[in-house]
Amino acid sequence: MDGRLHHRRRAPAELLLRGANVLDPRAQLDEPRDILIRDGRIAELGTPGSLGAPEDGELFDATGRHAFPAFVDPHVHLRTPGQEYKEDLESGTAAAASGGFCAVIAMPNTDPVVDEAAILGSLVDGARREAHVPVGFLASITRGLRGEELTEMAELVDAGALGFTDDGKPVVSAGVLRKALQYQRLCGGVIALHEEDPALSGDGVMHEGAVSARLGLAGIPPMSESTMVARDASLAEYERARVHFQHLSCTESVTALERAKQAGAAVSGEVTPHHLTLTDDLVRTLDSRFKMNPPLRGELDRQALVEGLRSGVIDCVATDHAPHARHEKEVPFEQAPMGTTGLETAFAALFTELVLPGEIELGVVVERMTAGGALYGLPIPRIAVGEPANVAVVDLEATYEVGAGGYASRSENCCFHGRTLHGRVLLTLAAGAVAFRGRMLVEAAAGR
Amino acid sequence: MTRLGPHLISIDDLDRAGIERVLDTAERFAEVSGREIKKVPALRGRTVVNLFYEASTRTSSSFELAAKRLSADVVSIRSAGSSVDKGESLKDTVQTLSAYDPAAIVIRSPHAGAAQLVAGWTPAAVINAGDGKHEHPTQALLDAFTLRRRLGRLDGARIWIVGDVLHSRVARSNILALRRMGASVTVCGPPTLIPRDIEALGCDAAVTLDRLHEADVVYVLRMQLERMRDSFVPSLREYAARYQITAGRLRPGQLLMHPGPVNRGIELSADAIDSDQALIGDQVKAGVAVRMAVLYELLVGSPVLAAVA
Repeated sequence: MDGRLHHRRRAPAELLLRGANVLDPRAQLDEPRDILIRDGRIAELGTPGSLGAPEDGELFDATGRHAFPAFVDPHVHLRTPGQEYKEDLESGTAAAASGGFCAVIAMPNTDPVVDEAAILGSLVDGARREAHVPVGFLASITRGLRGEELTEMAELVDAGALGFTDDGKPVVSAGVLRKALQYQRLCGGVIALHEEDPALSGDGVMHEGAVSARLGLAGIPPMSESTMVARDASLAEYERARVHFQHLSCTESVTALERAKQAGAAVSGEVTPHHLTLTDDLVRTLDSRFKMNPPLRGELDRQALVEGLRSGVIDCVATDHAPHARHEKEVPFEQAPMGTTGLETAFAALFTELVLPGEIELGVVVERMTAGGALYGLPIPRIAVGEPANVAVVDLEATYEVGAGGYASRSENCCFHGRTLHGRVLLTLAAGAVAFRGRMLVEAAAGR
Repeated sequence: MTRLGPHLISIDDLDRAGIERVLDTAERFAEVSGREIKKVPALRGRTVVNLFYEASTRTSSSFELAAKRLSADVVSIRSAGSSVDKGESLKDTVQTLSAYDPAAIVIRSPHAGAAQLVAGWTPAAVINAGDGKHEHPTQALLDAFTLRRRLGRLDGARIWIVGDVLHSRVARSNILALRRMGASVTVCGPPTLIPRDIEALGCDAAVTLDRLHEADVVYVLRMQLERMRDSFVPSLREYAARYQITAGRLRPGQLLMHPGPVNRGIELSADAIDSDQALIGDQVKAGVAVRMAVLYELLVGSPVLAAVA
């Protein structure tokens, strides 16, 4: 898909997708089509039934199913190096492929932190051996995520870093962040920010409000995030830097991002499926699957995030896929690590919880789920003749219980666990090759 | 008839009839505690495990005494010196203890939700003896018991809970239990120690004692000394000046309660503690009878109570 993304090369796809409802919002395409894929590229689009399968190629009857440009996730934790018991490049990208993603961007808060070119180099090698879908890597802004000294940002960009983030932690010092923004003029690379003021979030473990009052859990006020978004948007504007705000969670952050964009700052933002669909009310269960950072917030925040995504103030969806081992999450809520997995459920969660009830249109969801890579300068997956095949085939009618058939991820800490969701990914083509084939499709193909 | 159980994790596990049933049963056991031989054979041959991950004197001793007066075999485990200290997870500890086939596990933990987790890992009945800042249901039940004895009924009673509400599991369980019994509750304390949106629990909130005279009952919370270090209050001196309950601040007829242990001279003055308006000793006494009632109701059920007691 791009020289800065890395995966295991596979035989280019030769296949015909027959009769899928093709939805590519950027092409204003929303009609049934045959999609002919030759040598890993979209060779031809035709009216249903008009095209034949390539010789030695496969035919998938996708009548009644949907074909979208495959999704791009700009925020995942693949836990490699150092925490492979939670996830690794192979299992994390298998989860991505089964969720309809054709590319993901991995965060550097691993053990050790991706703060040197040599570590990044070994990850690139690993992705070339193991990754089912192309992976891009961010390096850390500061050494060891300590928020003190900058990494060798220029060398890291040369080694393939798409950008920088201390994700998992904020860059607390405005002075340190300002230097990174200045240095970006030399090295390029988007600077992505996890926004949180530790003086306000303190030892908080959930959103501050009626639910935290009831449970006696320390709360994290929305201003912990939004004041940092406002601060750093000001810095970005002043330094004419390119900044991306990660996993926004509250009304005030959306407002701060909107103001910064109106002021002409080169800023963008992302939001997760869980913040778009769930609220802190679920924490009443004290189930640690609902513990993440930033925390699930109130219903008004959720609505503001949906509106922000719909209007485009928030540019894209990011899962913040954050796997944790069962033994780490099977502890009292306050002791559990923050994070939920999300790659396998992202589309189905948004389709079920937002599209079906009419909160947002399907085309907008597809647009925002494919926009994340472009923020880092990567091409946008398209369903158009000549494009590499990056396609997700989805059965919108199919329902399934999350987790009932296990997970492709090595971890099971999914906040949608046990929910019945609509919209099952049947086939994912990534960078011109088949990256995922759903069981239903395998059976259908065998019976043909 | 209301059926209790299988666990007591939260006051939300009990409706009003359930609370009243526990209090009624506790009345009978209070009578047992007045006898020379303070023992009934209700739980003979059954085992109660007390698992305390936090220092506690009155809760752990009253649970132990309650189980013994019901003739249960009692195992008490404290975190210091146990396998917990050696890094064993809560889940492994509970599953190990469950191998002894206990009828009940009583758990005190510094973390909210611990009792609920334990309930998922053991076939035993689980009783929450305090989980973090979340709940302490048996404390609320013994407080309701003490008040009902004194007032006859809680309907319409106006109760002020004064102090560090933010960090208090006692406050949370009491707000829920007292409201359920028909009382109205106002919480009062420094704005830094009143949780945002606490009104969602069905109480009012005040930051001064100006309207304290409206209360029928003044329930004072323990002020932890470390709150001063964390800047929740500028000094204990200022806290005491604004919020200490003294005999002079109590109106005649008001009742005074405190879950213990008291910081004399901080949240309560000595003259208030020693006044005949204070029910603090009654609360301690109620602890054993109410915890006997909880164990009994969860493990045996009521119909034969008259026979054994």
